[in-house]
Amino acid sequence: MSSITIKPYLRLSGLEPLVIRPETNFVNVGERTNVTGSKKFARLIRDNQYEEALSVARQQVENGAQILDVNMDDAMLDGVKAMTTFLNLLQSEPDIARIPIMIDSSKFEIIEAGLKCVQGRCIVNSISMKEGEEKFIEQAFTCKAYGAAVIVMAFDEIGQADTKERKVEICKRAYQILTEKVGFDPQDIIFDPNIFAIATGIEEHNNYAVDFIEATREIKQLMPLAKVSGGVSNVSFSFRGNDHVREAIHSVFLFHAIHAGMDMGIVNAGQLVVYDEIEPTLKQLCEDVILNRNNDNNEATEKLIAFAETVKSKGKVEVKDEAWRNDSVEKRLAHSLINGITDYIEADTEEARQKYPTPLSVIEGPLMDGMGIVGDLFGAGKMFLPQVVKSARVMKKSVAVLTPYIEKEKEERKKAGAAEAAGAAKILLATVKGDVHDIGKNIVSVVLGCNGYDIIDLGVMVPADKILETAQREKVDMIGLSGLITPSLDEMVHIAKEMKRREMKQPLLIGGATTSRIHTAVKIAPEYEEGVVHVLDASRSVTVAGSLLSKEQKTDFLQNIRAEYISLKENFDNKKPVKHYLSYADALQNKVAAGWDKHTTQTPQFTGTKLFEDFDLAELRPFIDWKPFFIAWEMHGNFPEILTDTVVGKEATKLYNDANQLIDIIIREKWLKAKGTIGFWEAASHEDDVAVTNGSEKTTLSFLRQQIKKAADQPNLSLADFIAPADSGKKDFIGAFAVTLHGIEEHIKRFEAAHDDYNKIMLQALADRFAEAFAEALHLKVRKEYWGYDKDEQLSNEDLIKEKYTGIRPAPGYPACPDHTEKYKLFSLLNATETIGIQLTESLAMYPASSVCGWYFSHPRSQYFGVGKIQRDQLENYAARKGFTIAEAEKWLSPVLE
Amino acid sequence: MDIRKELEKRILVIDGAMGTMIQRHKLTEADYRGARFANWHTDVKGNNDLLCITQSEIIKGIHKQYLAAGADIIETNTFSSTVIAMADYDMQSLAYELNVAAAKCARDAVNEFLAENPAAAPKFIAGAIGPLNKTLSLSPDVNNPGYRAVSFDEVVSAYYEQIKGLVDGGVDILLIETIFDTLNAKAAIFAAKKYFRDEHKTELPIMISGTITDASGRTLSGQTLEAFYTSVMHAKPLSVGLNCALGASEMRSHIEELSQIASCYTSAYPNAGLPNAMGEYDEQPHQTAHFIEDWAKEGFVNIVGGCCGTTPDHIKHIADHVKKITPRQLPVLEAAL
Repeated sequence: MSSITIKPYLRLSGLEPLVIRPETNFVNVGERTNVTGSKKFARLIRDNQYEEALSVARQQVENGAQILDVNMDDAMLDGVKAMTTFLNLLQSEPDIARIPIMIDSSKFEIIEAGLKCVQGRCIVNSISMKEGEEKFIEQAFTCKAYGAAVIVMAFDEIGQADTKERKVEICKRAYQILTEKVGFDPQDIIFDPNIFAIATGIEEHNNYAVDFIEATREIKQLMPLAKVSGGVSNVSFSFRGNDHVREAIHSVFLFHAIHAGMDMGIVNAGQLVVYDEIEPTLKQLCEDVILNRNNDNNEATEKLIAFAETVKSKGKVEVKDEAWRNDSVEKRLAHSLINGITDYIEADTEEARQKYPTPLSVIEGPLMDGMGIVGDLFGAGKMFLPQVVKSARVMKKSVAVLTPYIEKEKEERKKAGAAEAAGAAKILLATVKGDVHDIGKNIVSVVLGCNGYDIIDLGVMVPADKILETAQREKVDMIGLSGLITPSLDEMVHIAKEMKRREMKQPLLIGGATTSRIHTAVKIAPEYEEGVVHVLDASRSVTVAGSLLSKEQKTDFLQNIRAEYISLKENFDNKKPVKHYLSYADALQNKVAAGWDKHTTQTPQFTGTKLFEDFDLAELRPFIDWKPFFIAWEMHGNFPEILTDTVVGKEATKLYNDANQLIDIIIREKWLKAKGTIGFWEAASHEDDVAVTNGSEKTTLSFLRQQIKKAADQPNLSLADFIAPADSGKKDFIGAFAVTLHGIEEHIKRFEAAHDDYNKIMLQALADRFAEAFAEALHLKVRKEYWGYDKDEQLSNEDLIKEKYTGIRPAPGYPACPDHTEKYKLFSLLNATETIGIQLTESLAMYPASSVCGWYFSHPRSQYFGVGKIQRDQLENYAARKGFTIAEAEKWLSPVLE
Repeated sequence: MDIRKELEKRILVIDGAMGTMIQRHKLTEADYRGARFANWHTDVKGNNDLLCITQSEIIKGIHKQYLAAGADIIETNTFSSTVIAMADYDMQSLAYELNVAAAKCARDAVNEFLAENPAAAPKFIAGAIGPLNKTLSLSPDVNNPGYRAVSFDEVVSAYYEQIKGLVDGGVDILLIETIFDTLNAKAAIFAAKKYFRDEHKTELPIMISGTITDASGRTLSGQTLEAFYTSVMHAKPLSVGLNCALGASEMRSHIEELSQIASCYTSAYPNAGLPNAMGEYDEQPHQTAHFIEDWAKEGFVNIVGGCCGTTPDHIKHIADHVKKITPRQLPVLEAAL
């Protein structure tokens, strides 16, 4: 009766677990912390520069290594001591120690020394039968006593296996010994069937890659729980010095080896080219050499060598140019800030602190100068938001170094009775009450922070009182409000009124997805005379703040804005009569001709609800719509074209790669839990109401109808038109869904603690994308399966994004059904708060912020539309239907009222 | 008398705090010393493990109170009985003897209790193996993060000696507990495996109990709960669980998670709430029992009890509350992917 099952996965750990499941993609083992493979690392260890050696490890982790291979086999080194020292130091670096360690040595005493330093579950790389069975068994027992998984090299008393047959035979023998005599769990055994160099000119070597790939295939077939790994860079050894060709060979080799079942490999995590992006000629040559095709008399080999000669000169200069390290400390700080490099920032900051008279003067001097350049480049469109956020990360790290000294100075000044020095201008930012969305606000916070402002970020769902009290207490210079859902607009109006009542003087900045210049001009600006400015995006926030803080510019700037807003308002007021509206009664007559008599309604698989407790994130991944992701980062353009855009392409690609790496982690480490629920109920429409039968309970949904006068033959749409009327004689249904992503908070907190806004914003943006992807994925299942009205649908992801399917899923609060309060009914039908844990705020925002909900309509003519403005007669009718007072109806429908 | 058979049938109860109970006796320096250590060259008051030798009747009495309260498993009074921890009192040479004596106190208590209560269910003695006052994953010197105050080999040899004493004294189970550094626990596991292999003895069941130190949900050495479990599962333990640092209400989500991922039995013995401003625990027995009953009903646990601040009264309430509840079922281990 137990419902829990535990699968035989390879489970490893650092500070965090790593579980290798069948659906886990190829696992990257970082190779640069290896004295035999990396000259730089070897030099650092030999010179006892362990701190810097750690930065090599950190770089591997940052580049996406999921396991870290550490090797200290060097004749010039005391391997046991070096391994112990390095691993002990590494344990105190949580950002590195979070991933499992692979302890790599040909000397077992070094391996054992390593095992004694690591609390997590490691991999031993490697043991083998080269010195006979007895030694092999003894070493395996020792590994087991430390709780390590093992890599077994295909090596026996005769030698290292080079043919497929020998590789398979040795691995089989080792497997039997380990499982039967030592008691190893099969999933803890990893085989390394030896990757040897190909294209050496020696014909016997030509089949080495094929031997590895085919051996892998057979090993995985015979011993499906065991894993296969290998040191990938060996394969291209003949091309050393030519990274361009080597990377292509690695990529092509891995493509085939992974297909054959290779689970993990030791690679330079930062240097893998995408298989699809290898230039066709080179790819073809690599394929021939690796698969040993067209290779009689070394023909393929020679062709690749010839090709390699031609590209040698333009080989990518991945070797970092470290010449800037010789510049002055000011230039080095600027370089780190502009390029987002954190490696040296702490040391450089410390150097600057000692050079400058006060720690504050380091911020005001070199750091602000550097950020000034960042700001200028950003303003000129030469840097993009993701880069700016990385710069901010560097800035925060630097400031963190200085803060204790600044605090100490403050204390001393206080003791001496001196007055507080005037600091930077203060800006208060908040997402208003009832709203939980803050990606945009966080970006503004970073960008303004970069420009030297002191930011007080009050977070989300902040009541007006708290915003204004804090503003007064902290004597801020301006207030910025953000919001995403329409009720937030009213809250902003409310705050503007309150500022007037409190006789405040600070300018008020308005931003966020639902805000607009026109709304600000018409609704907010008239309520507060000290300056209200709509800020379109983060990049404008800097110039706006700058103008408002400059004594010379402020008056002019505000006067210009005011004049602009007044003319906007006048235009708006004057434009009103241009539109013609029908009476509500006439609009009702002009409903959609849905052809109910000819339409066959489809009965869903079930009525009531169905819960998805923990939807597989990997399954959602292909449903991700990337365009809004780039928009969140203020990079506009279509996907995937944006990746190759001549202006932003490079940065967009970087951002996209970073995002995908984070997604890998999110999926692998289950950072987020996708919970969703869907439901279907019998439904019948009457005018703009839809009566829903939920068991014995009846609920009436209220919809709104377009009232603007349409062209001939064009209906005045209402969502109610897509549900069969009670008197049509047809039994029809409505559906609903709600989905959410739980679990983001702890990771956000961690990124905040690490001053890492880049990843914080990235994670928030991705969680939003996952929620949308989840909604899309469920909608597909609904159409094809649960409701099943479009069982044969075959659409590409692109078509899905373009909504080419039949049926719609509009959300209460959005243009087709603008009344947010209908969400209460949707939530109650789905029981969404209890089952999947979405809370509704008083403004009907959903928390967690990465949540999506909506109704399902199946009628083939159902479509998305905007209700547009409605007239007084419909407002009164709607209020009566919903049991609202007129004032309540006006409040909730304000976005569609004139 | 196989503990696994009992675990299949019911939730077992492990005893509560030893220190709290010793405090009630208000022992003096002279009481700690007894006749044998009257002239010892350092103060020994506070060396609670020493009482197994100098005040064995008191320790036995406490064990019996817990047995009477309904504990199925009692822990030996050996939390610090290692050559490393005993250095605080310069009593390194007593480490082995302390463990033998403590196991004997517990065994005497069980024998006397069973003689007085012949119908009672079987009782088990767990040899308590504490975390040491020196740690393998953390440096005590902030300026030198690579430094370690003790080596893995030293820790293994200290635990080896302790295990030998416990086994020679006759314990039924080894309990590696209050683990805040997983590497120390791995050394204890290593020592246990080595001891049984060296002596050609059948391995005693091992219970493993980690400590989540605060709201971060991690051990002091920085591991998440799943990473911790992954790092010790090679012990093939009888049970894995959590104790100390948290009260039951703070421990709930962690024990829930553990119950989902652990392939062995699960245990939990929280503190009696969080300490108040005076450092005292004031969660009442019925409160603790109420939380633990909820875990039991949810199927999170197989072994429950108390840690710091809990008393025989707490254990009695816990035992009464979980008596009739079906224990957590062991997960099914699949053989194929």
